[in-house]
Amino acid sequence: MTSNIPAVNNPGEAVGTREQHLISQVQRGQHELFYELVRPYERRVYAAALAILRNEADAEDAAQEAMLKAFANIRQFRAEARFSTWLIQITVNEALMRRRRERTVVMEGIDDRRDDEADYAPRDFADWREIPSEALERKEIRQRLAAALGTLDRKYREVFVLRDMEHLNIQETAEALGISVGSVKTRLLRARLMLRDLLAAGWEQGWFSRLPFEKGSKPW
Amino acid sequence: MVNCEQVWREVSNYLEGEVDPALRSAMDEHFRTCARCKSVMEGTRNVVALYGDERMLDVPSGFSRRLEKRLAQGGRVGRGWSTWSAWLVPVAALALIVGTLGLARSETLNHPLKSEHAQPGHDIPPDMLVVVTAGANLFHAAGCEFIHNKNTERTVTAKEAIREGYVPCLRCMRKYLHTVQARLLGVDSQMNEREVVEAEDFPGAGR
Repeated sequence: MTSNIPAVNNPGEAVGTREQHLISQVQRGQHELFYELVRPYERRVYAAALAILRNEADAEDAAQEAMLKAFANIRQFRAEARFSTWLIQITVNEALMRRRRERTVVMEGIDDRRDDEADYAPRDFADWREIPSEALERKEIRQRLAAALGTLDRKYREVFVLRDMEHLNIQETAEALGISVGSVKTRLLRARLMLRDLLAAGWEQGWFSRLPFEKGSKPW
Repeated sequence: MVNCEQVWREVSNYLEGEVDPALRSAMDEHFRTCARCKSVMEGTRNVVALYGDERMLDVPSGFSRRLEKRLAQGGRVGRGWSTWSAWLVPVAALALIVGTLGLARSETLNHPLKSEHAQPGHDIPPDMLVVVTAGANLFHAAGCEFIHNKNTERTVTAKEAIREGYVPCLRCMRKYLHTVQARLLGVDSQMNEREVVEAEDFPGAGR
């Protein structure tokens, strides 16, 4: 079902106005519009749940449950917050709650006792040859990148996903995960440097060999 | 002046725009002279750009459809969905299941079907009087030529016969069978009409 959305000239403003309009319609009882409201964010919601739960089926269930909780609490949403951030935070809460119920958290918890402040030294210093964003058109590349992300310890992966993939700001990431801003920054640095090293190693293993780089030259 | 280790510690903040102007200038200067640190910074920026791309947010096949369906189901819970009302759905579902089971139990067999090949029948009037015999599997309309052991005939209601595990005679009770096979074969309409008459002609047939 579509809603009667007022036309706005500026596209960015249009998206925001359209969203605000949808929110108020759902809050007033037009529940059938809720899916239209959350549809632009379904990928982000799923990715947030997957970063925490690491299992597709669990992530999908958590994402759906989070959407239902958002629907149940839509009247509590206040316009001063970004709707996407509110939705992601509900999802993170749902996923964290589920993970706490899982025994695996005991195993992963050991990780968390490592020193967050320990410096991470980059391993590869060869000239960096940029991987073009067009590479993401290839599913194989996306899978490689996702696999690299999956090798990170939980605490690095979660911060990275929320900040760099979900585009929460540092403060929002800290609030969503219940950690300090300082921890977010430290973990983010480490996650980014580790991924850089993993992609560098991936180059050497030929992950991106079909990309259009100068013939015969190393990517960096 | 900053050294390489300091640059590595701050490269993430640098990309976030969260270093003060003096440090930013010092790092920019460092990148001009240190290829290694420049490689670290550019690689890290590339990582942020790649993973920040919408295309990295894959969802499983059918995700959207399943989500929409679940939201539609959740949405039906009602306006002002609250914790207590959310419980109404599973409670109502449970009540329905229990009720259905209870009803089914009352209508179904006290004994297992007497024949593995039997068809249980559908829409049989429970008070219709039928004939059963000892050692047989079927119940019949009175006068059915396929009644065996006629000397042991008992007249009972269809409901009682079903409870005892008897099943409808394939000939005289065909109208209540409605088997898939009968539908596929196209049961002769005249035959059906004749059998309906037979059943209805039976004294006390209840319809």
